[in-house]
Amino acid sequence: MHPAASVIVFTTLSGAGFGMLAWLGIDSTPSTGWGAFGYYFVAFALAVGGLLSSTFHLGHPERAMKAFTQWRTSWLSREGVCAVLALTVMGLYAAGLIFLGEALSILGWIGAILSLGTVYTTSMIYAQLATIPRWNTPLTSLLYLTFAIAGGALLTGKVTIALVLLVAASFVQVIWWKKGDTAFADRGTNLGTATGLGDRGEVRSLAHPHTSPNYLMREFIYTVGRKHVQKLRVISLTLMAAVPVVLLALFGANHFIALIAVLSHIAGVATSRWLFFAEAEHTVGIYYGMR
Amino acid sequence: MTDLPTSTEKKLGLVIDLDTCVGCHACVISCKGWNTENYGAPLSDQRPYGEEPMGTFLNRVHSYEVKPEGGAAQTVHFPKSCLHCENAPCVTVCPTGASYKRKEDGIVLVNESSCIGCGLCAWACPYGARELDQAEGVMKKCTLCVDRIYNENLPEVDRVPACVRTCPAGARHFGDFADPESNVSKLTAERGGMDLMPELNTAPVNKYLPPRLKDSWDDESVLAPFLEPVAEETQGFMGWLDKQLSRLPGDVKQTEGAE
Amino acid sequence: MTFQQPKIDTSPKVSDEIRKTTCYMCACRCGINVHMKDGKVAYIEGNRDHPVNQGVLCAKGSAGIMQVNAPSRLKAPMKRVGPRGSGEFEEISWEEALDMAVARLKPLRDNAPEKLAFFTGRDQSQSFTGFWAQNFGTPNFAAHGGFCSVNMAAGGIYTMGGAFWEFGQPDWDRAKLFMIFGVAEDHDSNPIKMGIGKIKGRGGKVIGVNPVRSGYNAVADEWVGITPGTDGLFILSLVHELMKAGKIDLEYLAQFTNAPGLIDPETGLLLRNADDKVMVVDSVTGDLVPFDQKGARPNLGATYKADGKTYTTVMAKMAEKYLDPQYAPENVAEKTGVSAKKIKTIAAELARVAFEESFTLDHAWTDFRGDKHDKMIGRPVAMHAMRGISAHSNGFQTCRALHVLQIVLGTVEVPGGFRFKPPYPKPIEQHPKPHGKVSKSAPLDGPHLGFTRGPEDLMLKEDGSPIRIDKAFTWENPMSSHGLMHMVISNAHAGDPYKIDTLFMYMANMSWNSSMNTRGVIEMLTDKDENGDYVIPYLIYSDAYSSEMVAYADLILPDTTYLERHDCISLLDRPICEADAAADAIRWPVIEPDRDVRGFQSTLIHLANRLGMQGFVNEDGSAKWKDYADYIVNHERKPGIGPLAGFRGKDGDKVGRGEVNPDQLDRYIENGGFFVEHIPEGADYYKPWNSAYQDWAVGMGIYDAPSPYLFQLYSEPMRKFQRAAEGHGDRQPPENLRERVKYVMDPLPFWYEPFEDTAVDLDEYPIHALTQRPMAMYHSWGTQNAWLRQLHGTNPLYLPTKLWEKYGFKEGDWAKVTSTHGTITVPVALQEALNDNTVWTWNAIGKRKGAWALDKDAPEAKQGFLLNHLIHELLPAKGDGLRVANSDPITGQAAWFDLRVKIEKADAPAGEQSQPAFPEIKSPVGQGPDHLEWKVGK
Ligand SMILES: Nc1nc2c(c(=O)[nH]1)N[C@H]1C(S)=C(S)[C@@H](COP(=O)(O)OP(=O)(O)OC[C@H]3O[C@@H](n4cnc5c(=O)[nH]c(N)nc54)[C@H](O)[C@@H]3O)O[C@H]1N2
Ligand SMILES: Nc1nc2c(c(=O)[nH]1)N[C@H]1C(S)=C(S)[C@@H](COP(=O)(O)OP(=O)(O)OC[C@H]3O[C@@H](n4cnc5c(=O)[nH]c(N)nc54)[C@H](O)[C@@H]3O)O[C@H]1N2
Ligand code: SF4
Ligand code: SF4
Ligand code: SF4
Ligand code: SF4
Ligand code: SF4
Ligand SMILES: [Mo]
Repeated sequence: MHPAASVIVFTTLSGAGFGMLAWLGIDSTPSTGWGAFGYYFVAFALAVGGLLSSTFHLGHPERAMKAFTQWRTSWLSREGVCAVLALTVMGLYAAGLIFLGEALSILGWIGAILSLGTVYTTSMIYAQLATIPRWNTPLTSLLYLTFAIAGGALLTGKVTIALVLLVAASFVQVIWWKKGDTAFADRGTNLGTATGLGDRGEVRSLAHPHTSPNYLMREFIYTVGRKHVQKLRVISLTLMAAVPVVLLALFGANHFIALIAVLSHIAGVATSRWLFFAEAEHTVGIYYGMR
Repeated sequence: MTDLPTSTEKKLGLVIDLDTCVGCHACVISCKGWNTENYGAPLSDQRPYGEEPMGTFLNRVHSYEVKPEGGAAQTVHFPKSCLHCENAPCVTVCPTGASYKRKEDGIVLVNESSCIGCGLCAWACPYGARELDQAEGVMKKCTLCVDRIYNENLPEVDRVPACVRTCPAGARHFGDFADPESNVSKLTAERGGMDLMPELNTAPVNKYLPPRLKDSWDDESVLAPFLEPVAEETQGFMGWLDKQLSRLPGDVKQTEGAE
Repeated sequence: MTFQQPKIDTSPKVSDEIRKTTCYMCACRCGINVHMKDGKVAYIEGNRDHPVNQGVLCAKGSAGIMQVNAPSRLKAPMKRVGPRGSGEFEEISWEEALDMAVARLKPLRDNAPEKLAFFTGRDQSQSFTGFWAQNFGTPNFAAHGGFCSVNMAAGGIYTMGGAFWEFGQPDWDRAKLFMIFGVAEDHDSNPIKMGIGKIKGRGGKVIGVNPVRSGYNAVADEWVGITPGTDGLFILSLVHELMKAGKIDLEYLAQFTNAPGLIDPETGLLLRNADDKVMVVDSVTGDLVPFDQKGARPNLGATYKADGKTYTTVMAKMAEKYLDPQYAPENVAEKTGVSAKKIKTIAAELARVAFEESFTLDHAWTDFRGDKHDKMIGRPVAMHAMRGISAHSNGFQTCRALHVLQIVLGTVEVPGGFRFKPPYPKPIEQHPKPHGKVSKSAPLDGPHLGFTRGPEDLMLKEDGSPIRIDKAFTWENPMSSHGLMHMVISNAHAGDPYKIDTLFMYMANMSWNSSMNTRGVIEMLTDKDENGDYVIPYLIYSDAYSSEMVAYADLILPDTTYLERHDCISLLDRPICEADAAADAIRWPVIEPDRDVRGFQSTLIHLANRLGMQGFVNEDGSAKWKDYADYIVNHERKPGIGPLAGFRGKDGDKVGRGEVNPDQLDRYIENGGFFVEHIPEGADYYKPWNSAYQDWAVGMGIYDAPSPYLFQLYSEPMRKFQRAAEGHGDRQPPENLRERVKYVMDPLPFWYEPFEDTAVDLDEYPIHALTQRPMAMYHSWGTQNAWLRQLHGTNPLYLPTKLWEKYGFKEGDWAKVTSTHGTITVPVALQEALNDNTVWTWNAIGKRKGAWALDKDAPEAKQGFLLNHLIHELLPAKGDGLRVANSDPITGQAAWFDLRVKIEKADAPAGEQSQPAFPEIKSPVGQGPDHLEWKVGK
């Protein structure tokens, strides 16, 4: 899959943002006033910024409102609905904290669930796609959720929990990669089943239907950087988890270190997300004798 | 509406005969022509006279080679457009309801005025049957020529998809799969019509007829009935001719009636 | 929530109006319905009523809209202002353009008409352009047939009075076994596809004989991946098997062919009576009788003694020749690359279907001997072939061999077999001979092109030198019925046989894909003499688009596109008939040009009128016709016979023959742009011998009198040339050609090695290299088409597994391909279903930078390439230092597919630019837009 910047930014930032909101929502000793404002500003900036970025790749962003209508069947629609609800509820909760100094903890809990729900719906947009076996697993949701929670913990300064969660996220990530690497083959979809000719012999693409890459090839067949996958995975893990864990373990949670840790984490998640798309092979590629 | 109808009255679709498709791309261009001028936005072309031209097409013809164990390789030309799946994943993923499957005939369509161009339906289609138009920013796909097949401004014979009407080899057939007596149902039954990627459970309506068995004469195990010489070599030309002439006249085995 | 869906309009208005005309995206000439919206072309579909395509349309046909709006269209007449080849032009008025042309042509016509060479490429109006050239008075006229497929046309006409190509067709409705040799697409594009679809739909079998398995060969049930150039051997091996087994149609051979003809053992000519009729022995009476004597039963095995000579039959000679073990499957297997078992199996299957699945039709008919038959016997084996067998230097004899195979099976002009389309069948005797007598300011003495019957018909001057610039009808190619367009530029450049002044060309991209040795041709066109003048002094060219050739002309006469002009698809020309019907058609301006361009045929009329050419002007010098439409309606070749056969006579009710009808074009337009006249039942098969057909053809103006004839298994015209080479007669071949003429002019088909194989070192150049036409592209014009170029904008060189592995190629690699003449560096791809020793690529995809209004980095101009750079119009020098043409020695057909090459792996050239790359030419029309959202009715 073509790793479009907009979706990488979207999943990375909004994951972290909603992860943060979830932690904020269940915090039994929430800060209030300007302190709360700081946290919520960051969380909303991440979540909303991510969502906005996701509209950049739309052909008709002005019709985006229509995307809320199909929540009964569409994960993308559900995500939209969930995100709006999460942001609304958390907004109210935050307003209470900032302006009234009151924690309506029931709202916080609902908001937290909605925030995680948003991350889950996002993950399901990908996990539902049978066309992309690497994504088409419940582990994808686990991956998105652990990343969001870990990132949220880091961003909300829950150092110890963050340490544990970052390590857990790394595990999930490694397992997800491992499973993903064989997912396409395990699915059993190949040029033989794609053409129905498999029982006659080996099927091979002789010629493409068009001269130069079309929308399908540009969108679904992305082979750049495959050589560097292992390197990128190491980089991603290092930035996402190892650097923050080491920094926090060695230096504790001072502001500067925390900032570095957070930036490193986000860069690591972004790298992971780049790989998430770049490594994903769509069944369309089969028709082109590519993947 | 991105709910799939629980059932459709008709199941309209295509049968594509891989045994006769010569790979001429006629269906590709007639589709482009009709759909550029008709339903929805024109199928645009980027860099039409430049480097890497790239346009929107609703039907594409691939070429494959199949190499049977020990036999000569075979070439198969393979047209592909939307299969109008019964269990269409492209429809259920659509957040706006732009993608839908018609309950009267099962045609999967995009309502372009609702489409936000998010591309998710194309992600969900295993077959590459949807292309996002780069100029209009909306999703385009085979409409099964919904604006031809019921079109009262066309003569009745022409109420078939543009690609079917044009296919010179007669490799494309259009009809109702819900009717077991239809041409498409019969062809599918007789010739073993296949689904593409059946393991994905999309339940495509369109069927592909497999190529007939080829190159039977290359099979060493087949005992070919070779021709017997009429005369021994030694008898020379006259002997050969004698034998020949004794065969005259007539060798008619069947009679075709008057027409 | 219940299921909801939007309401859509399923009955939108399709168009304001449908205008029916004829497609011109290739030479198949299908009928099209042009849907108009707001006076513009909105959609093109096939015309269901049209005899050729019956509603279907190919990719090119549907893409006509993109041809009509192509940015490469020329806009106005132009004169060259930069050096030749630069592409620098200035637009001028038609007045100025015609004045310039007349200033050049008038003195030529008055003093030396032969100094004009007029060659017209892929011309669909040859009977008109030929008429123009004849009236100009130059002997130097031909169209593209010489480099295209004259072997196929001439081989068929000399053997059976008609050919494949578009002159005949398999009996698609009745054939059960169809064998197709060397065809990628052919002129009969849609009908062949429709026919194959029909045969396969009935469960019939298709055998594809072709080194490459794509297109028609991909759907063939059995593939014969033959070694190029060896079809003659393969076919004669089938003949051998069939004859040996007696699986031949003796009745047919005896009645309808010259197999019972008696050969004079001294001259090798057939015994004829005083009326020049071939004589046969009647098997009932034992008498010597003319072949067409009422009730005669010709004896295939007769011998006849007279004057101390023993005459034996052609059949005896054939048996002697083809029963020879050299044609046994075992002995041809290695050369042809087809196993003996497979050859035997195919022979057995041909025999089985022809004889055991034969059937009869209850159509009564009377043959030319007056014998009445109550049935027609069907032999459901049909064959078709094209350039794969004809574009070789042994192509003429191979085409003849294939016809012999069909004829011994008795499958020509019978139900289920191969059938002619009117105006064929037409025996050699009904065809003109070539003419070349030049007189100043006067027409030539007759039509240029024709069919030689012997040395006396050659176009040679007193001194034995060629009359024609292309050396057609000389000892180098005595039966070159279509001329040799591919030799014109090199001969004119060499001044051999003489110098010319003006080269006038029409729709032939000679500086690119239609020439061998493209670079050489470019050099010849731009070469200057010691005075600094161009060696070929003047070049006038008519094209509709900014092709590579435009840059090399001094004066451009821009043509319209096909939807903007009148055209005439005439029975006097290449037919669009069906086996069951005569048909012709028109094109008419369904839209008006938006540029200052004119239909080329009208331009020719304007020129002829200014030149005062006989045939075009009346006694008083006034013009007979103001434009081509006027000519189409009012010209008469013979009284009552004109370009169009339909709606003749004052009331438009006469067919074939009839007075001029001033409303004829309107009647055609009302009728869908075409006219069909069906052949009555009972006249529809056995046409060469069927009295009812012969009478019908006379009525249609196809013949002046019934002309039944025998198929020429044994070719007497060839024997006459051969006999001359043996030293008889006063017209003698030059010594350097004597042996060759003697050898190749065998009156019975035989196989010889393609010339290139004997001229190059096969150890060094072991690989065959071919081209194929993509179905969705027409030569060079396809890749300017915004839709079509997205299908085939590049053309890798396809290699078979054996070579792929031998040289260690991988996807994305490039190769250096070298022939004795040149080298190209090109991208490669693997094709497994390919003859082990053959490589191929699509024809004419490669483009010159700057041409066709394309970006200089268009894939066609970058990775795209031409194989033509490897092919030379002459073969490498032999011992005597002479270089003979790379052509068939009988017809002069260019031997494109004899090419031998070697291959090496190479690094991708800088910028992935295939080599050779030529400098960019300046586009006289600018460049196309960078996006298209074509929709006429918004
Ligand atoms: N390597 C290789 N080379 C080959 C062949 C091959 O098999 N292999 N095949 C050969 C054969 S058989 C042929 S016939 C030739 C064909 O080669 P060409 O005769 O050169 O054919 P085209 O490329 O069709 O182009 C002819 C020209 O006609 C122009 N044209 C198109 N439409 C019109 C019109 O309406 N009016 C006018 N005035 N001009 C028009 C086009 O712009 C183009 O410049 O190529 C030959 N070259
Ligand atoms: N779409 C389209 N249609 C066209 C044209 C076009 O450019 N595009 N051009 C038109 C013209 S001008 C012409 S002349 C016709 C030509 O029509 P075709 O004769 O079909 O032309 P080619 O593409 O040259 O095909 C030659 C075929 O012969 C095979 N071949 C080569 N050598 C041998 C051999 O030795 N033996 C056998 N058995 N096969 C061999 C090649 O693999 C190839 O498949 O097509 C006409 N129709
Ligand atoms: S038009 Fe028919 S034969 Fe041609 S590619 Fe399409 S399906 Fe195949
Ligand atoms: S083929 Fe693709 S686009 Fe068509 S219905 Fe099936 S999934 Fe949807
Ligand atoms: S691109 Fe359009 S049709 Fe496809 S899922 Fe998005 S909104 Fe629906
Ligand atoms: S049915 Fe219509 S829209 Fe679909 S592929 Fe055929 S021509 Fe195109
Ligand atoms: S075969 Fe195609 S290009 Fe040729 S005349 Fe017919 S429709 Fe036109
Ligand atoms: Mo040709």
